[in-house]
Amino acid sequence: MNLLAAYSFRNVLARRLTSTLTIIGVALVVFVFCAVLMLSNGLRQTLVDTGYEENAIIIRKASQTEIQSILLRDMANVARNDVAVETGPDGDPFATGELLVLINQPKRGSGEPSNVPIRGVGKYSTTIRPNIRLVEGRMWSPGTSEIIAGRKVAENFQNGGVGGTVRFASRDWTVVGVFEAGGSGFESELWGDYDQLAQAFQRPIYSSLTVRVPSQEAFNAMRERLENDPRVTVDVKREKDYYAEQSNFTRTYINVLGIIISIIFSAGATVGAMITMYASVSGRTTEIGTLRALGFSRFTVLSTFLVESVFMALFGGALGILAATFLSRFEVSTTNWDTFAELAFSFQTSWKIVIGALIFAVGMGIVGGFLPAIQASRIRIIEALRAK
Amino acid sequence: MKLLKLIFRNTLRHWLRTSLTVLGLAIAVVAFVVIRTTIDAWYAQAEAASPDRLVTRHAVSLTFFLPVAYAERIGGVEGVNTVSHATWFGGQYIEPKNFFANFAIDHTTYLDLYPELLMAPEARDAFMQERQAAIVGQKLADRFGWQLDDRIVLTGTIFPGDWELVIRGIYTGAKENTDENTLFFRWDYVDERMRQETPGRAGYVGTFIERIDDPTQSAAVSERIDALFQNSIAETKTETEEAFSLSFVAMASSIVLGLKIISIMVIGIIMLVLGNTMAMTARERVSEYAVMKTLGFRPFHIVGLIFGESLFIAAIGGGLGILLAFPLGGLVSIALSTFFPVYSIAVLTLAFAALSSFAVGLLAAVFPALKAVRTPIVDGLRIVD
Amino acid sequence: MAEAIVQLKSVFKSYYRGRLEIPVLSNINLSINEGQFVALMGPSGSGKTTLLNLIAGIDRPSDGEVRVAGDDIARLSESEMARWRSENIGFIFQFYNLMPVLNAFENVELPLLLMKLNRAERRRQVETALGIVGLADRMDHYPNQLSGGQEQRVAIARAVVTDPNLLLADEPTGDLDKQSAEDIMELLSRLNKEFGKTIVMVTHDPRAAEAAEYVQHLDKGELVQA
Ligand SMILES: Nc1ncnc2c1ncn2[C@@H]1O[C@H](COP(=O)(O)OP(=O)(O)OP(=O)(O)O)[C@@H](O)[C@H]1O
Ligand SMILES: [Mg+2]
Repeated sequence: MNLLAAYSFRNVLARRLTSTLTIIGVALVVFVFCAVLMLSNGLRQTLVDTGYEENAIIIRKASQTEIQSILLRDMANVARNDVAVETGPDGDPFATGELLVLINQPKRGSGEPSNVPIRGVGKYSTTIRPNIRLVEGRMWSPGTSEIIAGRKVAENFQNGGVGGTVRFASRDWTVVGVFEAGGSGFESELWGDYDQLAQAFQRPIYSSLTVRVPSQEAFNAMRERLENDPRVTVDVKREKDYYAEQSNFTRTYINVLGIIISIIFSAGATVGAMITMYASVSGRTTEIGTLRALGFSRFTVLSTFLVESVFMALFGGALGILAATFLSRFEVSTTNWDTFAELAFSFQTSWKIVIGALIFAVGMGIVGGFLPAIQASRIRIIEALRAK
Repeated sequence: MKLLKLIFRNTLRHWLRTSLTVLGLAIAVVAFVVIRTTIDAWYAQAEAASPDRLVTRHAVSLTFFLPVAYAERIGGVEGVNTVSHATWFGGQYIEPKNFFANFAIDHTTYLDLYPELLMAPEARDAFMQERQAAIVGQKLADRFGWQLDDRIVLTGTIFPGDWELVIRGIYTGAKENTDENTLFFRWDYVDERMRQETPGRAGYVGTFIERIDDPTQSAAVSERIDALFQNSIAETKTETEEAFSLSFVAMASSIVLGLKIISIMVIGIIMLVLGNTMAMTARERVSEYAVMKTLGFRPFHIVGLIFGESLFIAAIGGGLGILLAFPLGGLVSIALSTFFPVYSIAVLTLAFAALSSFAVGLLAAVFPALKAVRTPIVDGLRIVD
Repeated sequence: MAEAIVQLKSVFKSYYRGRLEIPVLSNINLSINEGQFVALMGPSGSGKTTLLNLIAGIDRPSDGEVRVAGDDIARLSESEMARWRSENIGFIFQFYNLMPVLNAFENVELPLLLMKLNRAERRRQVETALGIVGLADRMDHYPNQLSGGQEQRVAIARAVVTDPNLLLADEPTGDLDKQSAEDIMELLSRLNKEFGKTIVMVTHDPRAAEAAEYVQHLDKGELVQA
């Protein structure tokens, strides 16, 4: 088998131009396949990373996203005072009611406006999410129109950096600091003081209440209680689950489209591989006859050609994956249709994608090589040796 | 000319390879058409926009609402003919994956502003008389099998609760690009309930839509409207319906760009498949070309043969792909109907597909033709296949 | 004395493999008169095909002068040479080199496409040529439906269809059985005697060479007296 593998491999090398073209074809398909899945994965991962395991989020029933949710203050207070909620550093419930609204702001570069979420936060907002870290400038001074910007907002929006002023709700707001949040979705937000923002927007309500409930049993009990409490109409979710759901629509779009494109693409590349393999078979009729005369079985001949085809496909697949991994340097900033807000995220590889892509490539090789290999194995020795 | 026959026979020589090449091209052309059409679908809304319509929204963002009382003041603005309003309702039908657009509209004016929504006069009357009446697009009705007088329930995401509606009209679009995947129902139904349940939210609408007398004055009229509300709590932003729709496309510009890049890569695949075939063909025919040259044929004859063959295959593959794009595009349109209300193949896309196939046909022949011309006769004759 | 149709004066030909010079023909002086039938013999690798190619104008000498039908072919440009070939030379190959996708008629017709002839004229000439080689009844056969001997006769018809003065044949019987080879030689003799064609034929077969008027021997790139 070793010799046959070498034989297949050298044949790939011998028909250099044709093999190269075929390999590039497979590589292109695998590249697109990976790119789409990496995009979808990056989007999901960014949102999954946004939520904390120990936290729960409470929004108005059926509202699905914070943007659409309206929690009246007394409803929020019922939830805040639930027994399951841990006690915070100051001795009161470890919970933070926040206001999230979208403001339309011009992006850097194109100048096209897009929706930036701005979050009105309270005293526990940064403690309940321990990886929020100010990296530039300072925190806002209480009672002023000062805000801080997530790193991605600072990078992607005009006036998003320290010193920039953003006009909304009839006021000019100054960005005084930039924060990071471990690459999560919070970096695509502006943050300001809840009281200031609620007043400016004339929205004396919360969009969501985030509470610290580390234990799973306590969380389940709390959810049970709140969802059956006649005073409140809310959905209670683990913060991680909540954020993971915030890309369902957009990801379905990317995945459906990506898979349709990949399938059509792969059909094209498979046909390309088939053409190459048929040429390889017809160009080696005498060779095949010789191999058979030497005593190699039909099955061996068949597998030799399949191996040759799979070789090319694997090589192309590896190239495609390699090229796709370079994409992880790029960041995409686009509207997440689930929340209607701009979100920055990167292409992200995973072993699942890599393995999926390799299987996909091998599949193309097998499908593309199968019929030609069958043809090769059917060649009759005498006729093959007579062919010139 | 006689040489055409030779070209034709040559393509049939390896009929399997030629068919595979044609198939490969056809598939790639289908992919190209599907992707381009998907890109167009993003712009469909903007294309269907009428130049005499303006849209006014809250200046902060679409998620903020405007007092319905603004309607009267906007109506007084010079150049504004009719004012209506529409509010994105965001209702869900049974489960989230059944997504479609639904708007609560001002029933008294909205349909006058959108003459492209065609429906029976009875439907219009029923809509005027019944508070819970809804009008749905034909494609949407087909998607869920809705009939006239069916009762459906939407679950509010922005406006809490269950909302019972009766389908009283099914509209079709006057034009190819009219969205037939939307549900409209009466805003006064929503407002009535808001007044009872959360009075603070009553009397607000998402956007105003104005018809203006003179489309060339759209910028001036927009400015006049926005000036009315300058420095109020709810400042407005008015733009043409087209600009309003394009702002949604701009929000997804990265995805649209990605699709554009992929559509160019498809042409790369076409190139590879045909290039591969032509390279093989030319290699096999070296000695034949040498014989022809010996007989006195000139390089341009040989070049003509190679280009002819390449273009011939490209034409058949491209043509087949364009034909196949219609049924396949239909399937994709069903798969993506949640995302794109309008999905139709543009003539321009087909023209571009045809042009690309032609260009690829030319390009794929360049290298083999050069090689055939450059190979000296003596070397060509030496190669006995 | 008849006029010399082919005249080579101190012709040298070398190939280069990289910088290495491979001399193939050296100081060839040869003159062939109109109407002669010359056989070119010699061991394998002695340069017979190379010499024939020079006469046919599909290759150029490294040095010296090749005059065919009065033209110094080394002076002609590529395109002039192509036209010159189509008018003056008929070439016959060892492996026939017919277009597999064209039938006998079309293969013979091929060189006529380069001339300004109408359909009827072409048809007449093709039929005449195929008639001469005795294949008038095989016109619509494709090469793979013909025997080797028949294929070679189609190739000969293709070579004579333009009515050239000079026929060049490179081992025309090299791939044929004895009977077919005899038929081909007979045909060539007839073309020489009846139609007055000048023929230069490379061959390894001494019996084939007998059909020729005289034999030129080539050894290691030089003409030798037998
Ligand atoms: N393109 C080339 N490059 C290098 N060497 C060449 C080339 N063409 C021919 N030769 C060499 O020139 C010599 C003469 O070749 P040629 O084909 O003329 O021989 P030949 O007499 O026709 O032999 P045969 O009887 O085997 O056909 C050979 O040694 C050959 O290797
Ligand atoms: Mg020879």
